[in-house]
Amino acid sequence: MRARITIMPKEGILDPQGVTVAKALAELGIKGIGEVRMGKFVELQLPKLTRKKAEAVTAAACDRLLANPNIEGYQFDIVEGD
Amino acid sequence: MRFAVLVFPGANCDHDAYHALRHVLGAEAFYVWHREESLAGYDAVIIPGGFSYGDYLRSGAIARFAPVMEAVRKMAADGAPVLGICNGFQILVEAGLLPGALISNADLRFVSRMVRLKPEHTDSIFTASLDTERSYAMPVAHRGGNFFASPEQLAELADHGQIAFRYVDDRGRQTATANPNGSLENIAGVFNRQRNVLGLMPHPERAVEALVGSADGLALLKSMAGIA
Repeated sequence: MRARITIMPKEGILDPQGVTVAKALAELGIKGIGEVRMGKFVELQLPKLTRKKAEAVTAAACDRLLANPNIEGYQFDIVEGD
Repeated sequence: MRFAVLVFPGANCDHDAYHALRHVLGAEAFYVWHREESLAGYDAVIIPGGFSYGDYLRSGAIARFAPVMEAVRKMAADGAPVLGICNGFQILVEAGLLPGALISNADLRFVSRMVRLKPEHTDSIFTASLDTERSYAMPVAHRGGNFFASPEQLAELADHGQIAFRYVDDRGRQTATANPNGSLENIAGVFNRQRNVLGLMPHPERAVEALVGSADGLALLKSMAGIA
């Protein structure tokens, strides 16, 4: 199993990276892009775990270390294979 | 008062803090490695600035799990003074010992310059001998010092007198240009509810000798050390 985790700044949190990238895209003349938000993507390898256990382990990793609940939210998928 | 100056891999202001306490103030200060599990025999803790663990993941996010942090948590609960400076502030916030969060500077740049801080009140060990009518010059040097709290958290901080310092200009006004990083309401430092834990982004330990631009940081360190 693998966990594919997306961590994003919460709504209402200033995201200076996103703002800067949005400006750069506008300067490049790429039209049609509104707000840009930047987060993190984390992949965990979870060998030998059942799906249920993999979900619990991933949630614990996010809650305790990977995301800061004050400023970030997360979501993840558990996928088969290495 | 015996000070513990914590040392993390990647810390770079531990020597400044040690120098300010021991050589300038004549206080008893000792380095304590982050793997230590006890702070027995110490009366106060300084978590210095730097880039513990390379600022990986989020600044302070990994250092908060160092063995010594459990001892810091106990000392804080017992009412001992704990001061986190810059990365030390980030570590205390990540550890949940201080409220809010520190996010990237609003302009995404590393900021290294002198700022002016105004204490909000003198009802804490750190600010007891400060003057709320004046401001104190200290340097900042960080990329992630933008203080953030939810509106509810912010109201709670104000209600309980937990806002320690704000960035002001040389006339004591809270302006946008005085704010080096975009912090909410120009907040430069906050206390815990009991006001024995203080975190601030500016560096009082680097402002202890006029030769390097300011000796204004001494007032805060003296107050903490109980030196009149």
